[in-house]
Amino acid sequence: MIECGVFKRTYEEDMAFRHTALARWRIYLLLLAVVVFPFVASEYYVGIANLIGIAIIGALGLNILTGFTGQISVGQGAFLGVGAYTSAILAIRLGLPFWLALPGAGLVTALVGSVFGIPSLRLKGLYLVIATLAGQVIIEWTIGHWVDLTGGSQGMTNIPSPAIGPLTFASRTSYYYLTYAIVLAATVFASNLFRSKVGRAFVAVRDRDIAAEAMGVHLFRYKILAFAVSSFYVGVAGSLWAHYLNMISPEHFTVGVSIEYLAMIIIGGLGTVSGSIFGAIFMTLLPVILRELTGPLSAMLPITQVFNALREGIFGIVIIVFLIYEPHGLAKIWRNIKDYFRLWPFSY
Amino acid sequence: MIQLAVENLGLHFGGVTALRGITLDVNQGEILAIIGPNGAGKTSLLNCVSGLYRPSEGRLSFDGQDITHLPPYKRARLGIARTFQNIELFRGMTVLDNLMLGRHVHLQSSLLIGGIYFGFAQKEEIEHRRAVEDIIDFLEIEKIRKRVVGTLPYGYQKRVELGRALAWEPRILLLDEPMAGMNIEEKEDMARFILDINEEREVTVVLIEHDMGVVMDISDRVAVLDFGQKIGEGTPDEVRANPQVIRAYLGEANGVGLASFGGSK
Repeated sequence: MIECGVFKRTYEEDMAFRHTALARWRIYLLLLAVVVFPFVASEYYVGIANLIGIAIIGALGLNILTGFTGQISVGQGAFLGVGAYTSAILAIRLGLPFWLALPGAGLVTALVGSVFGIPSLRLKGLYLVIATLAGQVIIEWTIGHWVDLTGGSQGMTNIPSPAIGPLTFASRTSYYYLTYAIVLAATVFASNLFRSKVGRAFVAVRDRDIAAEAMGVHLFRYKILAFAVSSFYVGVAGSLWAHYLNMISPEHFTVGVSIEYLAMIIIGGLGTVSGSIFGAIFMTLLPVILRELTGPLSAMLPITQVFNALREGIFGIVIIVFLIYEPHGLAKIWRNIKDYFRLWPFSY
Repeated sequence: MIQLAVENLGLHFGGVTALRGITLDVNQGEILAIIGPNGAGKTSLLNCVSGLYRPSEGRLSFDGQDITHLPPYKRARLGIARTFQNIELFRGMTVLDNLMLGRHVHLQSSLLIGGIYFGFAQKEEIEHRRAVEDIIDFLEIEKIRKRVVGTLPYGYQKRVELGRALAWEPRILLLDEPMAGMNIEEKEDMARFILDINEEREVTVVLIEHDMGVVMDISDRVAVLDFGQKIGEGTPDEVRANPQVIRAYLGEANGVGLASFGGSK
């Protein structure tokens, strides 16, 4: 469906992301909103925005692996942990600045992710899920028990905030801009990836691996590559998390976190870049909204005690509702809305 | 000139013998049809050639190079392209993306260059888009180029799959039942495409097909398999007169209805 008056004269125009002035302005407005947000929002909400930003990077990573390449992973929590701990160890034990610790965390996580991705050549679907679950358990156990390196169950504290000379990113607002600069780079990179050779091969592996192999895609290499790229994203998210909270402990990286990220990309939309963003926003905001609702409601109902159970329950219900009514997630809903208004009011 | 040589090929799955002692030469530039009753081993033979199955014995060579132990993705680089009996398209991708993936072996962009996109990757995409658009023109699928493949009707899917194999710029094209489940018009279109591919693009075609009318009409040579063995080979006329072939298709009763065996033309 194309609006009238939109003419494409070159393949370059045809292959662009945004075809109309409206679509371009929507992006400019979004970018402007992201820049202006800390000026209008309170410190509390900037903090939440930071968590959303970190979740976006992590969800993009998981979506590259699970949504685009079709390799289901429940090791996300552990890979976040690998990134966070690597970054903390590089910064504290080796005294490296954040600017080296961040890519270092990404690379180490990519390496670990590739190793745990090796079974994917033989295992598919549920069997791969179990293999990645094994990875999750192994990494979690290692983090908890390698006390000399990770501090065991005590975790690590005093992780330094990023700094350039005298300028430190210790406040929420400054960290906000740092996080969202990386979110922007991560989003652009992922979007571009899937309109070029390697990304297309990832999707081909998801849709029909046998045909992809007969067409010259080296399955093993591309599956491992998908694990590596995905884990790099997750490692960067973990590193941002560590330097934001300045302390980490093993309970931040449990299998529960893995499930939460899977929920994010399912609700947001598997195999779409925008879906990772929608999902991360949704899943981070949901408990916040629930908490704010429980405040006034608790005056009438004994709801505070059951808040945690309520939260998990509502997560579960939301996922089921999405699977039934919109399996393609929030990204699809957004596309439907755009399509509706694209030809509005003459949508015939 | 012999392009693809199959020598004494055997394929066993446990105790089941799928292929036994198959020797077959495919000449450069010809259209060779492989026919035979269901379960004769036609698809198995094709799978051996494209590398999805590893033959238990025998030898395969392409342009004089031994490819018996080459993995599938390396055979693709040599120019061996194929389609599948049950369409194996990338259902979640658009027609354009499917065809672009057909050019996978010709694209250079690495992960990083692709992620940065502007510059080399964009230039490359545009350049290869041109080649893909040629094929879209050729197969007359301009209208559906942006459609997601999973939503297309069957006849179009078959055509897109042929397009994906063509996008590769193959030297030899292996077609597994390209006309199964099509009506007369669609079959005529497909036959025209196959002949054009063979003549204009100078691609050798190996084709498995059950429609004897089509087979006898467009192929230069026909090979017949039955129970994993080759029971006949030659021009369509020779094969049609071969008593062993007639027996495999029609049973022992001699002389029954040669007409039904493509002799009606």
